Amino acid sequence: MTDPKETLDELLRREGRLVLATLTRLTGDLTLAEDAVQDASISALETWPRAGIPPNPRAWLILAAKRRAVDLLRRERSRWVKEKEATMVAIQMAPDDIPPDVVRDDQLRLIFTCCHPALAQEAQVALSLRVLCGLTIAEVARALLVSEQTMAKRLTRARSKIADAGIPYRVPDAEELPDRMSAVATTVYLLFTAGYASQSSGAHERRALADEAVRLGRLLVGLMPDEAVLMGLLSTMLIHHSRRDARLDSAGDIVLLADQDRSRWDRAMAMEGVDLAAEAIRRSADRPERFAVTAAIAACHALAEDASDTDWDAIVAWYDVLAQLDPNPIVRLNRAAARAERGETLQALEDVEALRGLDDYFWFHATRAELLTRLGRADEAAVAASRAKALTESEAQQRLLQRRHLEGG
Amino acid sequence: MPKYIALIYTADVDWTEPAFAEENAKYLEFGQESAEVIRGGAALYPTSTATTVRVTGGKGGEVLLSDGPYAETKEALTGFYLLECENLDEALRHAAKIPAAWNGFVEVRPTIPALT
Repeated sequence: MTDPKETLDELLRREGRLVLATLTRLTGDLTLAEDAVQDASISALETWPRAGIPPNPRAWLILAAKRRAVDLLRRERSRWVKEKEATMVAIQMAPDDIPPDVVRDDQLRLIFTCCHPALAQEAQVALSLRVLCGLTIAEVARALLVSEQTMAKRLTRARSKIADAGIPYRVPDAEELPDRMSAVATTVYLLFTAGYASQSSGAHERRALADEAVRLGRLLVGLMPDEAVLMGLLSTMLIHHSRRDARLDSAGDIVLLADQDRSRWDRAMAMEGVDLAAEAIRRSADRPERFAVTAAIAACHALAEDASDTDWDAIVAWYDVLAQLDPNPIVRLNRAAARAERGETLQALEDVEALRGLDDYFWFHATRAELLTRLGRADEAAVAASRAKALTESEAQQRLLQRRHLEGG
Repeated sequence: MPKYIALIYTADVDWTEPAFAEENAKYLEFGQESAEVIRGGAALYPTSTATTVRVTGGKGGEVLLSDGPYAETKEALTGFYLLECENLDEALRHAAKIPAAWNGFVEVRPTIPALT
């Protein structure tokens, strides 16, 4: 905060996100709105350090972006004259000082557009980072481990689909809203897990990704405060994120939940998550909500003073609920791991071996290796561990196996 | 308002067979329910009636005809509707009511206004 330049950048990023949502509504064109807002931000960076930050930075940015949008429209040849003129007039007539409830609705509309199910999941994640979080294309590319060129193409393709196919900027009707809200939650959660997927390269950017996902989660709960799915999403992310400093040791190796130094958990963040989990469960008591249940599981861990205090009965019960809502075999893999912690190692192994479709999944083999080791079946454990090892490029995951099963092997 | 085409893909059936009377009635029902946005459409004879036309060497070149559709696929194009809707959401809402959506699938594509 001592660096005034950084404060200005932060201010511009924060306001830029809001202004972009409003300009998108006014122009009906995401690409045009992005160009206009980017140019407005550049002129702010040039003007503000000299002239001082204006009393209402948002209105300043909206005015500058509106002027720029009209300029850009005037130059564009491909549009029909009538439509163009109508849009230009609408932009010019719009006020610069937007009331908070309109700002809120503009943001919601843009969120639902970026997470529209007609867009591929990877396009939704990329668009969310670029448009909703305000990351640069280079930052999005680094965070999602693709080249800048690939990312630029992916984003262009997504914007073209929005424009050409007529994906609307609107908040879905009441009848569609629950499904669409789940789709938004899933996209934000994917963004969050992408932040944790790899520890080796770009660790810094990926952690920033998790921070952005949490920020989006907070925004969503702020915009739609009564929704169990969004509370559950934010709660799940907060509790996982509260362990960020305990997940890796000083050598960058993975520390499993049971072995983490819980004094390094961010208690305040975890407890905020626990409160939200309780509220999410309360609000979805009659109809369980996937993210409320994942939040409940995370909360069980957060509430345990140390690993041996964990309420594994509760966790197994929540996994049973989750398995009903989500047929993904990974849920049942995690349930089996929880059973093992309850002392039912052999039953857990049987559960794991009954699972189908996880043969290419690192944690499937890693879990088997762990259970076999605990049962004293070292040879079989070594085979499972080497299967797991072949499935991961993450050095941290490979070292984890080494430590636990392949000592000296 | 933008126009969308809803391409109907189902098993390669002959809609004129009596066995499809009930199914055809469902399409008629859809036609009535969504009359407001339907601007055109047709049911197609099976792909065995299709003829693929290609001209080699540019306009006026040799016309090559072949029997059947260009590509054989499990699901065949067996009909279409032209829908005029406010936006993609509205088009998808109507498309989800076309019987092919549960007896095959429906591909919704925006049309290019300047070229129609």
